[in-house]
Amino acid sequence: MTAAVVIGASAGAVQALSDILPRLPAEFPLPILVVVHVPSAPSGLTQLFSAKCAVAVVEPDDKEQIRPGTVYFAPPGYHLLVEPDASISLSSDEPVLFSRPSIDVLFESAADAFGAELLGIVLTGANEDGSRGALAIEAAGGQILVEDPATAYAAAMPTAALARCATARTLSLDAIADHLLGLVER
Amino acid sequence: MNTEPTPAVEDIEIQLLLEALALRYHYDFRHYARASIKRRLRQAREQLEFSTFSAMQDALLHNEGMVGRLLDYLTVQVSEMFRDPSYFKALREKVIPHLRTYPSLKIWIAGCSHGEEVYSFAIMLLEEGLLDRTMIYATDINPAALDVAKSGVYPLDRIASFTRNHQQAGGRTSLADYYATAYGRAVFDKKLREKVVFSDHSLVSDEVFTECQLVSCRNVMIYFDRPLQDRAVGLFRESLTRRGFLGLGSKETLRFSDHADAFTEFVREEKIYQRSDA
Repeated sequence: MTAAVVIGASAGAVQALSDILPRLPAEFPLPILVVVHVPSAPSGLTQLFSAKCAVAVVEPDDKEQIRPGTVYFAPPGYHLLVEPDASISLSSDEPVLFSRPSIDVLFESAADAFGAELLGIVLTGANEDGSRGALAIEAAGGQILVEDPATAYAAAMPTAALARCATARTLSLDAIADHLLGLVER
Repeated sequence: MNTEPTPAVEDIEIQLLLEALALRYHYDFRHYARASIKRRLRQAREQLEFSTFSAMQDALLHNEGMVGRLLDYLTVQVSEMFRDPSYFKALREKVIPHLRTYPSLKIWIAGCSHGEEVYSFAIMLLEEGLLDRTMIYATDINPAALDVAKSGVYPLDRIASFTRNHQQAGGRTSLADYYATAYGRAVFDKKLREKVVFSDHSLVSDEVFTECQLVSCRNVMIYFDRPLQDRAVGLFRESLTRRGFLGLGSKETLRFSDHADAFTEFVREEKIYQRSDA
């Protein structure tokens, strides 16, 4: 059973997420936490995807309780972490792999909070962020989906995640969206 | 039958380590947001080369040198001068006109870390002609960070971003007027800290020490859990004069606080609140 979804994306993120998030119905029952590497505040991601999506899209404040059917974008300049009680905490700790927010930081804390009930998705990107976090999700018994590097805008990030996680599945963006919709039907 | 799930060994070890730190050295991190404290403890364990948190706890209890090293991992020292320039711009344009009406001012910078925020306030107040009648209380729990704050010395490579922020914050002169450079470092003018009292104060365990018109505590409470956030906001509420101001970090909110009713949003988008209770 999946209780929550985490997604990490970097270079090419907006296009890739545009193939996935707008396909989710308003009643999608899971929370989705997303880290996208953005250079500066404001990122504009929340406005952009609110306009395209049926699900609620927010940039959370510190200590918000995670709700189903909501997409949470990490605020620029902050790491996004999940607490054991499924609330959000933000941090302004130093960047990890030059990034704040960091995909690894989200994935590792979410793996601690949701264990085997977490689905992690690594999308396009030109760095290695996310691979360490994906490994933490795998170790906690969760599932990993990775965008097919052959068709990704930037292959480095998916490739790094696949190299680290033996159980990760490679899928196209369409198939990733289908997989999320499949979680609803079950 | 007890249906509580058994915590992971690592979580038990972390709990015990934090207990040891609180009992032995009175640094109490037990009510810090667990996800980020765990991340930083894992970093410390890796870099200080302990195989487990239990081993780290053993060293901490029996070797006084360990506490300072651990503290540097547990307290975050990430800031810059005029961080979030729009916050300082809002203070300058909307809060300072109110502060001007007081014959003397007290400002509390809680969790001042290396002092970037302290010097930012001092410069802004100087530019607004208010520094002479202001006392700034700058507090933190980390003595090493307070020493850096007192020195007012920063690496020269940080000055470019400080300067940009100062301009965007509505700075009236050049930031270069306030520091001298030597040996690759920028030393901020002593005059800026003549009215600053640096002191050791914990939002976890200490009480209110003064009455003030403004509290600025930004990106400190994101590291606390909800009950500890409530304690901290309670201290600010108690410390503030009627109609006093509270400035928080850009993603911090009083929405979830026990004290939400005691404050109104003064500049909503900059998280500047005003004490509104009697």
